[in-house]
Amino acid sequence: MIRLSGVNHFIGGTQILHDISLELPKGGITALIGPNGAGKSTLLSLIARLTPLKQGEITVDTLKIGACADRDLAKVLAIMAQSTHVSARLRVRELVSFGRYPWHRGRPTAADDALIEAALARFELLEIGDRFLDEVSGGQRQRAFVAMAFAQDTDYLLLDEPLNNLDIAGARGLMRLLREMADNDGKTILIVLHDINYAAAFADRIVALKQGRIAALGTPAEVVSNSLLRDVFGTDAEISHIDGRPFVMV
Amino acid sequence: MAKRLILLSTLLLIACAIYIGLGAEGAWSFLLPYRATKLASMLLVGVGLSVATVLFQTITANRILTPSVMGFDALYVMVLTLLVHVLGGVGYASLPAALLFAMNVAGMTALGMLLFGLLQKGARGDIMRLVLTGLILGILLRSVTEFLQRMIDPAEFQMVQSVSFARFTQVEPSLLLLSALVTLPALALAWRMRTRLDVLALGDATATGLGENPKRGQAQALVLICILVAASTALVGPMSGGGGSFFGLIVTALAHVITPSERHRILLPSAALTGCIILVGGQTVMERLLDLTTPLTVVIELIGGILFLVLLVKRKRA
Repeated sequence: MIRLSGVNHFIGGTQILHDISLELPKGGITALIGPNGAGKSTLLSLIARLTPLKQGEITVDTLKIGACADRDLAKVLAIMAQSTHVSARLRVRELVSFGRYPWHRGRPTAADDALIEAALARFELLEIGDRFLDEVSGGQRQRAFVAMAFAQDTDYLLLDEPLNNLDIAGARGLMRLLREMADNDGKTILIVLHDINYAAAFADRIVALKQGRIAALGTPAEVVSNSLLRDVFGTDAEISHIDGRPFVMV
Repeated sequence: MAKRLILLSTLLLIACAIYIGLGAEGAWSFLLPYRATKLASMLLVGVGLSVATVLFQTITANRILTPSVMGFDALYVMVLTLLVHVLGGVGYASLPAALLFAMNVAGMTALGMLLFGLLQKGARGDIMRLVLTGLILGILLRSVTEFLQRMIDPAEFQMVQSVSFARFTQVEPSLLLLSALVTLPALALAWRMRTRLDVLALGDATATGLGENPKRGQAQALVLICILVAASTALVGPMSGGGGSFFGLIVTALAHVITPSERHRILLPSAALTGCIILVGGQTVMERLLDLTTPLTVVIELIGGILFLVLLVKRKRA
């Protein structure tokens, strides 16, 4: 379980997050949505310890963010940041192999290699395993990063807008993979999404943020409503339901 | 990759053998210790500066930077000019070498720590701000040096000029020992960091996710860089004449071509061997074949400058 209590965050005197308290149970996909500047990415990066936590408390299972060792957290929580720019020129297989680093600390065993190959196979990267990251498509590149997080073998996975710059095939493919990881491997996934429809279609829970506060929390059917679009997103798009799932008519 | 490292090692051994053996006239009892001291100092400087450059390029995520942008060489020349200015040429020459060495290492490490403090200060302090600060500081130090050199006696200016370029011709064995005592432990620590450096090269966010604190890693690498550059510069003088040393740039660019791997367990030895081959081979050609007294660094700067432009123009990725 990821538990946040009384989290405040300021950037240069401006309050980005206001007293956020939230409990995310184990399992399933939780989508963080909200308009630009609502604090979604900030919240995610606080949990991921990419931004130092100043006020409040965040725990992941028994580990307290800011107090626990980075290495211990890396065995429980994997992250995929918004910018996946790598200055080093790496091959896909090399990148995925870094997922095992928290476990072997530079001395990989045969078991680590087997897990890396399994991750490559699982994410259909075997064929392009020897290609350089800058030679593959955007979708393949994102898949490689997810495969790395998968190889890290953590219970939790945080992703910050992984669908950016992906076409519809890439975006759907990636979301399906995440869905599989949640359903078959019991991963707990927290993902920042821009597109409400992707959140409604793939997530089990939605947390909507507005100006640094939680505006709504629940299943997609509960959260995605005309009032959410009006009050949180400031737009009056219509919503229709297909198979019980809400869709925003854009 | 292993084959190529063996090839590099073989090349280096050949270069060393030629350096020691070529044109040997006179008693070996005199020649051998004399040449061996020079050779050892070249190897020490070659390895130290090459490793420092690899570390610096990794933590800054930039292939065309070398530690000399941080103003280490500029500080060295300024201290030198200041000493000649205050003490006069004769006074400077009579200073004990070990004292000068200690002063230089201390001064350069202090400069490094000052910049390092900047990195630690504030949550938003990032490595690029540190590099830019170092760059500006270097320019400031060079301006002060130039100002001092304008007021200096012409004969003494000649003297400053002659020691402002790295020279392997007059190396004190005692200094060599001191420098080795500083350099070797730093090299061992750099080698121990090799896998962590691979992870740090993935970028701050990804490294954090893998449990490697980027700030801590960058700070540790920076300390090692300061020590390595300070020890080399204090031993033989600055490898650059002013604008920024191209030696490290040539070495890492070649190492990336010879052993195309991003892994530091390959890159570190590859760069170290390449650096030594360039220094020993270059010095052999300059000293023995062309019989020139021009410091090797002048030639390295010339070739490095051209390479720098080629790298800039060829670079596809930002």
